[in-house]
Amino acid sequence: MATRKNGISPLMVALHVGAFVPLLWTVWDFWQGNMALAINPFQEVTFRTGKAALILLLLSLAVTPVNSVFGWRQVIPMRKWLGLYAFMYGLLHFAIFIVDNGLVGGGISAVALYEATFKKRFALVGFAALMILLPLAVTSNKWAMRQLKKNWKRLHRLVYLAGVLVIVHFIWLVKSDVREPLIYGAVLTVLLALRVPAVRKSIRNLRSRRKNPRTIAVDGA
Amino acid sequence: MAQKIPSSEITPEHIYLSRRKFMTGAGALAATAAILGVAGCNTSPTAPAASGSNTAQSGAPAKSQPEAPAAVQPQTDELGDPLNTFEAITNYNNYYEFTTTKEDVAAMAQGFTTSPWQVEVGGLVNNPKTFGMEELLRFEQEERIYRLRCVEAWSMVIPWVGFPLRKLLEEVDPKSDAKFVRFETVFRPEEMPGQRSPWYTWPYVEGLRMDEAMHDLTLMATGLYGKDLLPQSGAPLRLVVPWKYGFKSIKSIVKIDLVDKIPVSLWMAAAPNEYGFFANVNPAVSHPRWSQATERRIGEFGRRATLPFNGYANEVAHLYDGMDLSVFF
Ligand code: HEM
Repeated sequence: MATRKNGISPLMVALHVGAFVPLLWTVWDFWQGNMALAINPFQEVTFRTGKAALILLLLSLAVTPVNSVFGWRQVIPMRKWLGLYAFMYGLLHFAIFIVDNGLVGGGISAVALYEATFKKRFALVGFAALMILLPLAVTSNKWAMRQLKKNWKRLHRLVYLAGVLVIVHFIWLVKSDVREPLIYGAVLTVLLALRVPAVRKSIRNLRSRRKNPRTIAVDGA
Repeated sequence: MAQKIPSSEITPEHIYLSRRKFMTGAGALAATAAILGVAGCNTSPTAPAASGSNTAQSGAPAKSQPEAPAAVQPQTDELGDPLNTFEAITNYNNYYEFTTTKEDVAAMAQGFTTSPWQVEVGGLVNNPKTFGMEELLRFEQEERIYRLRCVEAWSMVIPWVGFPLRKLLEEVDPKSDAKFVRFETVFRPEEMPGQRSPWYTWPYVEGLRMDEAMHDLTLMATGLYGKDLLPQSGAPLRLVVPWKYGFKSIKSIVKIDLVDKIPVSLWMAAAPNEYGFFANVNPAVSHPRWSQATERRIGEFGRRATLPFNGYANEVAHLYDGMDLSVFF
């Protein structure tokens, strides 16, 4: 199946619609009287936006291996958008955090906000992850790619670090049961491992031996 | 016994329906009032008929005395902050024995068997005894409006019904070498799926120092909003220690032991660097992972400053004289 040059593929439609599902779902749940949203909306929306940002970030990190290992080239254009949507939810997550922690006693408290963000390691690593995603989002266009040339790829490799920081963020914020963040951490580990040339090659060899021996996949970051 | 508590905290039974209706509308208004420092002045057109006799707030700090009839007062705590709704109190629960998802506890706890119920009280006592729930309900049941401050930095105002733990302990006559009280939640993994989780050492255990246990504020709760406790709130019998983080207020108690060594609570065992034995509400000592300086009062938009000992410093601070509360957290 060839990648379409013009028009928008069904995959991309699914992506753009899917990216808004967490948001619309939250609105729907709120309207349906979801208890967590009714009783402690700040915390619940923080959870939901954080989870959406993490999942979208992992999906964007899955694009390259899906192409390089399985030769599914039509997913490539999704990478940029998945990353951008991850950043969008990350920003939303942070914005809610600011409102949640900055309004104290009827006024805005810069001190409370500063302490909440920088005095707690879990928030600090989350903040670091978002600060990494910011320049990546800004440079996720053709113009910036041309300007940065080789450096673009180098810059965008920082997304791996952002992924790791988000997992650390998640591990550090849960109480005691770290199963959930570790599951996401395992997914991230697999996605990063698939980028290691030796791992990639051996999987590809396995596949091509079973199927068409002449399949050539395209390398990517 | 040592301390008298402000009479506004003890109110006889009331009719709650009209109060609940009033609450939804008055929440925002009262919050603003509290911020402006005119707390305690919210009057209500739907206030239940005067049946209480709570006059002045003897223990409360000086502030403008409300002109309102006495019966209006119980709609707030002694600081003038409104009660949380019955719906919020019974649908947002930390009860890991059922699930760690607060809004799902109510549904998961539905079928929990709370009757018959027995509480075995023993250890270093002269009259060990097993109490049936009917016997415990024979202690005079009072209403106490307390703030509940969760260690996760949210809080509620809850009208509990119950009796002071002291009365129960006096009945079993503690020996002189009893230094601490150890509480245990029922262990019933077939009804409490969370107890099958290997992450915690079940059953839930909590403890108090003897003087804390005998303090007049320390309540054995059997109800809230004038009704029996629901399973999600720790039915049929739970502890309420309003100056400590919520996790100290152990639920669905079946065993109380007087002991001479400091009991190791479930949370102390799970994360000793995060949860101490005392767990007094303290804005100055932050949790390793988040600040305790502020809290979100459920139902309010902005946060509010957390009060030392959750606002009960006058009553309990002396219990900890000379202790470094950043060490004994
Ligand atoms: C800007 C800096 C950030 C701050 C201050 C921040 C803060 C928070 C807070 C306060 C929570 C909830 C903790 C709790 O109440 O227990 C949370 C949860 C979470 N955050 Fe962040 N965060 C930040 C950035 C990010 C980013 C960039 C991501 C992902 C790309 C992310 C992913 C998550 C996840 C997955 C959760 C857990 C959700 C759950 O438990 O269901 N955070 N964060």
